[in-house]
Amino acid sequence: MSAGEATAQAIPRPRRLPPPLACIGLAIVAIGLIMALLGPFLARHGAGELISERPFPAASWALPFGGDHLGRDVLSRLLHAAPVTIGLALGATTVGFVIGLTVGFFTAEVRGRTDTMITWILDILVSFPPKLIALIAIAGLGSSLPILIATLGFVHAPRVARVARAVAMNISAMDFVEAARARGESVLAVMVREIWPSARRPMAVEFGLRVTFSILVLSSLSFLGLGVQPPMTDWGSMVRENMSGIFLGTPAALIPALAIGILTVGINLVIDWIGGSSGRRLTEELSR
Amino acid sequence: MRPVLEIAGLVVRADDGKGSWIDTIRNVDLTVSAGEVVALIGESGAGKSTVALAALGYARPGTRLVEGRILFDGQDVRALDERGLRRLRGRDASYVAQSAQDALNPAIPIGAQIAEPLLIHGIASGTEAEARIASLIGLLDLPVGIVTRFPHQASGGQQQRIMLAMAMACAPRLLVLDEPTTALDVTTQIEVLKAIRTAIRGQGSAAIYVSHDLAVVAQIADRIVVMRHGAIVEQGPTAEIVERPKQPYTVTLIDAVRPRDRRLAREAPRGPAPLLALRGVNASYEQQGWFGPARGGNKVLRDIDLTVGKGEVLAVVGESGSGKSTLARVVAGLHPRLSGDIALAGTTLADRVRRRPLEQRRRIQIIFQSPDLSLNPEERVGEIIGRPRQLYFNEARTNRDAHTDRLLDMVGLPPSYERRFPAELSGGERQRVAIARAFAAEPDLILCDEILSSLDVVIAAQILELMRELKRKSSVAYLFISHDLVTVAQIADRIAVLYAGTVLELGATSAVFTPPHHPYTALLMAAVPQLRRGWLDDAFKLRGPTAQRRAAPTGCPFQPRCPLAIPGLCERELPPLREQTSGHAIRCHRSDAELRQAQTSPVQTSPN
Repeated sequence: MSAGEATAQAIPRPRRLPPPLACIGLAIVAIGLIMALLGPFLARHGAGELISERPFPAASWALPFGGDHLGRDVLSRLLHAAPVTIGLALGATTVGFVIGLTVGFFTAEVRGRTDTMITWILDILVSFPPKLIALIAIAGLGSSLPILIATLGFVHAPRVARVARAVAMNISAMDFVEAARARGESVLAVMVREIWPSARRPMAVEFGLRVTFSILVLSSLSFLGLGVQPPMTDWGSMVRENMSGIFLGTPAALIPALAIGILTVGINLVIDWIGGSSGRRLTEELSR
Repeated sequence: MRPVLEIAGLVVRADDGKGSWIDTIRNVDLTVSAGEVVALIGESGAGKSTVALAALGYARPGTRLVEGRILFDGQDVRALDERGLRRLRGRDASYVAQSAQDALNPAIPIGAQIAEPLLIHGIASGTEAEARIASLIGLLDLPVGIVTRFPHQASGGQQQRIMLAMAMACAPRLLVLDEPTTALDVTTQIEVLKAIRTAIRGQGSAAIYVSHDLAVVAQIADRIVVMRHGAIVEQGPTAEIVERPKQPYTVTLIDAVRPRDRRLAREAPRGPAPLLALRGVNASYEQQGWFGPARGGNKVLRDIDLTVGKGEVLAVVGESGSGKSTLARVVAGLHPRLSGDIALAGTTLADRVRRRPLEQRRRIQIIFQSPDLSLNPEERVGEIIGRPRQLYFNEARTNRDAHTDRLLDMVGLPPSYERRFPAELSGGERQRVAIARAFAAEPDLILCDEILSSLDVVIAAQILELMRELKRKSSVAYLFISHDLVTVAQIADRIAVLYAGTVLELGATSAVFTPPHHPYTALLMAAVPQLRRGWLDDAFKLRGPTAQRRAAPTGCPFQPRCPLAIPGLCERELPPLREQTSGHAIRCHRSDAELRQAQTSPVQTSPN
């Protein structure tokens, strides 16, 4: 029995902010995005600029995070690397998402044999370990930004498709989707107009998870020396370059590793908030 | 004698979702004496369930009990802590929800679920508990073997009685029954109502019975409390409320059960070619195989021949599982047919809606049972109603808005509703939007699939009136699907009675309502709740020799439940659809004289 018809006087209540953890997450993600967009312009030094004659210069006012194994400014390099790490992750996730979402929604809507066949193929693709696929692709095709994005997108697509299919299956069993079909809407119109609006929230959660996954995989590929190649740099390769510094007690390897960790945690905090806050439209929630 | 429950000055406040609190229950007093059955009645949103739950010291998420005294057996429920409440709930006061299907755990055997409250409260265990369960199962007329089965293996009516057994396991002082039969169809409702009444009387528990159906309540309650907008309108002994209501709102509720103008239909204008013609239509839910066509076992529709004339209302009536919704889905092209032919104005329709030309799709529209599910929650009302105009007429934005206003006005909603989301409307308003959407296409035929059954009686009566009014203004035809014969009588020109996918009776509304009836039709008529006391007992007797609901595989599908079945004949041979007078046909081996004789005495054919 809804309370919709009760007519008592309303008692005003202050607008709710997102919960504290979500605020922290949002702040971290915002800083990450600013670094990705403006990082190179904020950096005091060039990515390859040698500041010091000796390796691992200590932290100071001029070098807040110290220097790296070639005597370059760690903070500047961190800022130069941010667009690469975050941009690659977002790019690869977007590629995987566009493909996965389309395939997932399509199979959920057409059902029948097409669905069975596509699901089999997806299951086979999912059963390959992601890093193995990445290693094979990079070994065969060499490492470049487009190849990294395509490879990672290929890893994401079948996983996203499975989630999208499951989400869409639930929605497409609802009467309003059935009403659209009875009206004679095309498969595309049903996918876009009926299923997508209700699938936005769970898929946004999935997108966030996939971005963190991308950041971690790309960083580990770079750590192995298979990812981003010099002179370009990302946070994963910064960790690898400065591994030897760990034994000297310098922060050069720790700082990029921390950056990866903090960003991942931040994104997850935002995901938890989006996924957990139910009953309200996602767009309203985000526009507040 | 001290009352079991005493609620005084109860105020419940709810979060309205927009950042403020509103009072949903305002200053309600309610007393329940030992052994007394009190009914809370009113339309949805009246706050009946909220009050009933407050008796258990429970406030739903987003609501708070802010004021008032709730005394259970002299003990202040609001002062109890978590532990105290846990001890109260399930042992001293227990709750039966509307949908047993959602409330039972699908992974635990039924017997173990019934035993749960006994074990939790440490009242009985081992053989003692088993004996208690066995006696409950006997009391509620459930099959003995059911304890080892799982909830999905029980029928809807059985599931509801299992819930009741759980609630009664600890012999509580107070039972709270929240619309326990609303989700059931009329014939099942009788079994459950009967079980509830027997059980309450047998145990001597007091009960709060929440319902929107006055006729149901009249059979069970000692006292009726009428609620509206979170406050009590009127209360008194059942007979007094039913026979001498004082408040106009109570009169509205009674009128909704006892329709005043039961229109007995005119003979429909029958053109040379009917608008919709079904010939020999079969359908099943068997999955299509990988190789070759689907096998035809387990048919949901068997050789259906029906026509709907231009501007005619054909009602299809049957219990759940009779295939009536499948019929609508097959006509709409949402479910494939195995064989047979469906023609719209003489042109054969393609099997699947996507293979039909746009014009054919426009001419057939469908309205679903639950308006909560049939409107896209992420679209505004304006977009929902505007879409058919865009799709079928390719209409420009400005034109569409003008049409939307006109359609909203037509279904009795203000133009400002255009900007609202479905969640911001009440159930009845949502169904109005769904109706407006169907009419936006300017169709020739609207398939109405149980469009009233998810609404409470008052709202349902309003929607039915709206459908009649819209019908008068246009030449649209309805295929009106329902489980309620009496409702259908108010709108249908002709009625088809469906059982296990077979048409058992077909004819003009007046002819169907005059004896002789098919025995199944007679059963359905008796099953419609009536305000008259003693209706429940009559209906229960008429229910047939067994509660066997499975259709017979051969012969007449209704034969296992038929009180007039002829041994040796009915289980072997499907009787022909025997034409009586023009247009009225009954599928039965019994002659008209035999049927008439069996049906003239006790069966009431209308609630008046």
